[in-house]
Amino acid sequence: MVAIIDYGMGNLRSVENALTRLGAEYVVTADPGTIAGADKVLLPGVGNAAEAMENLRRAGLVELIRGLRKPVLGICVGLQVMCRDSEEGNAVCMNIFDSHVRRFEAAPDAKVPHMGWNTIGNLDGKLFRGMKGGTHVYFVHSYYPSLCSDTIATCRHGNRLFSAALKYENFYGTQFHPEKSGDAGERILANFLAL
Amino acid sequence: MLAKRIIPCLDVKNGMTVKGINFEGLKEVGDAVELGAYYAAEGADELVYLDISATQEERQTFTLLVSRIADRINIPFTIGGGISSLDDASRLLDAGADKISINSAAIADPSLIDRIAARYGSQFCVVAIDARRDGPLPGAGVQPGFEAFGEAGLWHASTHGGRRMTERELFSWAHEAQERGAGEILLTSMDHDGTKAGYPCKLFSQLTGMLDIPVIASGGAGSVKDIADVLTEGCADAALAASIFHYGEIRICELKARLREAGIEVRLQEDRI
Repeated sequence: MVAIIDYGMGNLRSVENALTRLGAEYVVTADPGTIAGADKVLLPGVGNAAEAMENLRRAGLVELIRGLRKPVLGICVGLQVMCRDSEEGNAVCMNIFDSHVRRFEAAPDAKVPHMGWNTIGNLDGKLFRGMKGGTHVYFVHSYYPSLCSDTIATCRHGNRLFSAALKYENFYGTQFHPEKSGDAGERILANFLAL
Repeated sequence: MLAKRIIPCLDVKNGMTVKGINFEGLKEVGDAVELGAYYAAEGADELVYLDISATQEERQTFTLLVSRIADRINIPFTIGGGISSLDDASRLLDAGADKISINSAAIADPSLIDRIAARYGSQFCVVAIDARRDGPLPGAGVQPGFEAFGEAGLWHASTHGGRRMTERELFSWAHEAQERGAGEILLTSMDHDGTKAGYPCKLFSQLTGMLDIPVIASGGAGSVKDIADVLTEGCADAALAASIFHYGEIRICELKARLREAGIEVRLQEDRI
């Protein structure tokens, strides 16, 4: 059973639909007991990182998530709140990944938000099993996680190279949206479910 | 590198897709969900579904259709047509839409852009503009700050499928939409839509040069070259088209292969995984 954490950060529908297409059983929940009892945990999120952290604190989920020893996947803002901190609202985050979340600077060749299909490279580990660098995945974000020792995939927007995915022990995060990334995204989610 | 996007647009009435020439003479071309799934498999980067329902009852049916699309499609999709309130936006978000596109309602009340962006984020809010080059309305002139665009300043936003002109000058309106929180601009030249004579590339390059947010070009695609032109000369971030895809004149996978041959960054089937 996969627990999709519902902490009031955007619509969870597309993540649910993706799991349904993959035949995975899931529950949408904010209940600590249910999250603790699940085999895998998904932390999606769209919106503001500071607000996301505040919602997690208010729901009493920060220490619970940090203490999980099962596979956890943060998506987009769900990844960002697992980093050290974010420039968005000067948020102090969960400090699972050794990465800082910074705002893109708009440039003629790098519009903000970074929106659309971009290639990921330097793929490392089981999350990308069966995949090769140069795969396109779907991004929508204005803030990016910096490169660090936890980086397991990179992406370039304009002259900025950033972490497209991160991993630390049992924690995974993708800045892109695997649930919206077509067949490539389904492969990544299937790989996560197979961990 | 960020890929240029190819977006088929599906006009939907009673669950079926239709496409008219200059919005007149609608003709049925297929089931909306099946056609969307087909385009996704062919390599479409996103889909746009436009609700052209006339009645409240049809609109309810359309919401159910959005849920079916969300269940089935694994790429982003935008819903447009008849969205006039935050409630409409919420209803479509709940049904599974990734983005909504607003047009006439934003012109009638621009604060709708602020409210949707504040509630659901800029990425959810596409502002569609149907522009016509009918010349300035009496006394409207070129908007202050946009004199440099000269002749292009003759473009105005229209509503009601291009039938009703407004006093909104295109460039100032697009800029205002961006400042209010729009995540993308979907610009259709009503003078080119359905003609298959190509997109107005100069117009698009001027608009993309002025905005920080992505611009989707719509209206006028008749060939691979037209699409290549608007993505290069026109500097558009994405090209949207309908008829050429619906009638099988160009297959999306073929189009994208030819765009890559022309040196344009696109996402291809074979490098998906």
